[in-house]
Amino acid sequence: MTGPAVLLLLFGLGVAAWVSARARATRLQTAARNTGARGAMHSLPSFHGWYVALWTLLPALAFLAIWTNVMPALVTDAVLADPAAQGLPGDGFARGAILSEARNIANGTQAAAFNPAAQPLVAPYRVNTARYAGGGVALALLLAFAGGAYAFTRIRPDFRARTRVERLVMGLLLGASLIAIITTVGIVASLLWESLRFFSMVNPFSFLFGTNWSPQSAAMGYGNENAFGAVPLFWGTIFIGAIIAMIVAIPLGLMSAIYLTQYARPSTRKWMKPVLEVLAGVPTVVYGYFAALTIAPALRDFAVAIGISGASSESALAAGLVMGVMIIPFVSSMADDSIAAVPQAMRDGSLAMGATTSETIKRVLIPAALPGVVGGVLLAVSRAIGETMIVVMAAGLAANLTLNPFSSVTTVTTQIVQLLTGDQEFDSAKTLAAFALGLVLFIVTLLLNIVALRVVKKYREAYE
Amino acid sequence: MTATPSSSVRNPTDWKGAAMQKRIAGRYAAERRFKLLGMAAVLLSAGFLAFLLISMIGNGARGFTRTEITLPIDFRTAPMVVDPATVTAQSLVSANLQDVTAQAAVTALGPNGDTLLSPNAWLTVRDAILDNPQIVTERVVISVPASTSIDLAAKTDASAADEASYARLQQSGMVSTGFNSAFLSASDATDPTQVGIWGAFKGSLLTMIVTLLLSFPVGVATALYLEEYAPKTWWTDIIEVSINNLAAVPSIIFGLLGLAIFLNLLAFPRSAALVGGMTLALMTMPVIVIAGRNAIKAVPPSIRDAALGIGASPVQVVFHHVLPLALPGILTGTIIGMARALGETAPLLMIGMRAFIATPPGGITDPATVLPVQIFLWSDEVSKGFVEKTSAAIIVLLAFLLAMNGLAIYLRNKFEKRW
Repeated sequence: MTGPAVLLLLFGLGVAAWVSARARATRLQTAARNTGARGAMHSLPSFHGWYVALWTLLPALAFLAIWTNVMPALVTDAVLADPAAQGLPGDGFARGAILSEARNIANGTQAAAFNPAAQPLVAPYRVNTARYAGGGVALALLLAFAGGAYAFTRIRPDFRARTRVERLVMGLLLGASLIAIITTVGIVASLLWESLRFFSMVNPFSFLFGTNWSPQSAAMGYGNENAFGAVPLFWGTIFIGAIIAMIVAIPLGLMSAIYLTQYARPSTRKWMKPVLEVLAGVPTVVYGYFAALTIAPALRDFAVAIGISGASSESALAAGLVMGVMIIPFVSSMADDSIAAVPQAMRDGSLAMGATTSETIKRVLIPAALPGVVGGVLLAVSRAIGETMIVVMAAGLAANLTLNPFSSVTTVTTQIVQLLTGDQEFDSAKTLAAFALGLVLFIVTLLLNIVALRVVKKYREAYE
Repeated sequence: MTATPSSSVRNPTDWKGAAMQKRIAGRYAAERRFKLLGMAAVLLSAGFLAFLLISMIGNGARGFTRTEITLPIDFRTAPMVVDPATVTAQSLVSANLQDVTAQAAVTALGPNGDTLLSPNAWLTVRDAILDNPQIVTERVVISVPASTSIDLAAKTDASAADEASYARLQQSGMVSTGFNSAFLSASDATDPTQVGIWGAFKGSLLTMIVTLLLSFPVGVATALYLEEYAPKTWWTDIIEVSINNLAAVPSIIFGLLGLAIFLNLLAFPRSAALVGGMTLALMTMPVIVIAGRNAIKAVPPSIRDAALGIGASPVQVVFHHVLPLALPGILTGTIIGMARALGETAPLLMIGMRAFIATPPGGITDPATVLPVQIFLWSDEVSKGFVEKTSAAIIVLLAFLLAMNGLAIYLRNKFEKRW
C-alpha cells in the first residue's frame, strides 16, 4: 500500500471515530436529559468525538513516522542476512554502493544494475521491503483501532473530554511558539559550528583584520593564512550599505515624510504614501537587474566622460544608489512615526510664537524626533547591509579597498553567495568562510537592531 | 531685532520697516524653498519608481513576442527515413531532424539559411511531425522560430548584417513577429528564442504552497499563544525576543540555515521546492506572527468577557470568537508575507535552486527553480536576446506581487472592523 493511501485510510478511520463517538455521546446526552438530570454531561458531544478521533489518529501517525525512519535499516539488515548477500565484499563503502544500487532497482528508480553483484540482491530487497512495509501498515492500523476503542470506552456523562482535548490544543499552541526559539537556536548553532571549523583553519585575527581577500588562491593550495582577510568586504559593505545608500535614503526619506505629514493635502497623502511603499515591495532581484542593466552603464559612461579613472561597469555607486531608493520607504515610515509622536503642544507653541511651518519643523519637530529618526536610520542600515541581490548583481566581485565610488567593490553578502554556489566541499576553508561571514553579518545586524529599538523605545518613553 | 537706540527706552519693533519686511520675505522664501524641497523628494522617489517600471515594461513587452520564419520543408527529398505509421518521439531522435531543418533552410533562404533559424528550430519541426505524422510524406510549410539576431533585428536595432538579412526575409514575406505563447508554457532553455517561464512559475507555486502550509498554522498558533494564553514569564520573553529578532535577520542568513540544517544535517534533496518552502516558511513565520498579534490585539476584550460569561472555555473563546474576528487581519499579514517570500531570491540560491531546470518540477522533491531565481539566472546570460526575456519575466513577477498586495488591501478594507 502506498503512503498517501495509508494516510487516507487513517484519516478515514479518524472521521469514522469522530462520527461514531459523537453519536454515542449525543445518545448519552439525550438519555441524561430525559432522566431530568440537568447538565449531567460534562462535555459537548463534539468534544467526545474529537477525543476519540485524536486517540485513533495520533498514536498511529506517530508510529508511522518512527517506522518510516527505522524501516530502511531493518530492511537492509534482513537483506544482509539473506543467503544471496553472503558474497558481498567486506569493505563497508563498496558494500554500501552495491546495496544502494539494489535498493534503487527494487524501488524502480533505476532500470538496470551497473554492478553485477547488485542484481541477486534485488529480489530479497523487494520481498523484505514488502514484508516490513506491510507489517508497519498493519501495526499502525492495529494501533489506530486500539487507541480508538480505548477512547470510545471512556465516553461517559462525567468524562471530561473537553479538558483533555483543550490540553492538547494548548500543547500544540505552545509547541508552535517554540519553533521561533528552535529557529533562532538553529541559526546561531549552525553559524557558530561552521565558523569554529573555519577558525580552526584560519586565525580569527587574520580574518577580521587582514586586508587581502582571495579565497580562490587558498582553494588552489597557496595556504589559508593570508587569503581570508575580510576587511575589504567589511569596507565594501559599509561603503555601499551605510554610506552611499544612506546619502540617498536619508534626505529623500526624511523630506518625503515631512512633506507628506506636514504639507501635503490628505488626498495627496492618501495616494502618495502607498506609492512610495511600493518601492519597498519590489523584489530585490528586480532592483539588482535594474542597477546592472540601466544605472551602472550610465554611471560608467558618466565617470569616463568627466575623466575619473578606474570606472567599472560594476560600481559601488550603482549598487548604493539603487539600494538607497529601496530603503526610502523604511526611513520615511520611521520618520513619519517619530514626527507623529512629538506632542502637538510643542508644535502649536512654536507656531503660536510666529515661526513658519518650516522653522517649526527644523527647530522643534526634528530635534524632538531625532532619536526616533536615528533609530529608524539604524534599522535601515541593518537592512541595507544584509541586502544581497542588488550587490550580487551590481557591485562586482573584486575585493578592493577603495574610496572611489565608481570602482568595483564587493560585500559580505556577495561573497557568501559566491563562496557557496558552485562546487562545495564542506571541509574546505573556502566554503566554511561563508559561514564565518554570515556569523559576522548576523551579529552586526542583531546589535544594530537592539541599539535601534532601545533608542526608539527610550525616546517614546520620554513623551509618554 | 532692528538696531535699538542705546537709550533705556525700548522702541517697539517696526514691522513695517524695510529691514523687517525684507527679513519676513526671506523667511517666507525659505518656507517655500523647504516645501519645494519636500515635494521634490516625493516626486524624485515616485519618479524613480516610474522610471523603473517604464524601463522594465519597455524592455519586457518585446519579450512576449517572437519572430518566426515560415520554412518550407520537402520531406520527400529530405535525408531521413521515417515511417509515418510508427512515429514516436523516440524514433525521431535518430531521424536527424537537425540536418533536415538546416538543409531546408539553406534551400529556402540561401547559403547561410540555417544560421537565420533558432538552433532549436528542429524541435518545432519534430513537434509538427508528432502532431501529424502524415506530413513526412509531403512538402509542408512550418513556422519555426528565427535566430536571436533576426529576432532582435525585427524588434530593435541590430548589426547591419542582421538588419540586411532581416530585410531580405521581409521582402520574401517569410517572416512574421507575433505573440510568443511558448514564453508562458515552456521552461528554461539555452537559446533565448526557446525559453519560457512555466517551469520557474510552477516551482514558485510549489514553493509557496509549502511555505503557506508550514508558516500559516505555526504563525497563527504562535500569535494566539502569545496574545491569549502565555503567562508573563522569562520564557515568554525569550519567545517574543526571538520572533522580533527573526523578523530582522537578513534573508541570506536563513539560506545559510537551510543549507547547514536541511541539506547537510537532515539530507533533504537539493534544489527542491520542499527545502525552499521550508526555508522561506521560517522567514515568513515572524511576519505572520507579528501581523496576527496585532489583529488579535484589536479584538475588544468585551467579546472575550461575553463568551466567558456564558460559559465558554478559554479555548472555545479563542477558536469560536477571537480567531474568526481576527482572521481578516491575519490573512492580510499572511498575504503580505507571502508576497515577500515570492520575491525572495538570496536564501534560495544558498540551497541550490539556481540549477538549469529544463523540465517543470513534478513534485515538491523534484529539482526546481523559482521565478526570481530564473530572473537572476537570465540576467547573467551573455546572449543579448535574454535582456527582453528577463524583463518580461520581471513583468510577470511584478504583476503577481501587485495582485497579491492588491488582494491584501482589498481584504483589509472589506473585512477589517474598527471597534
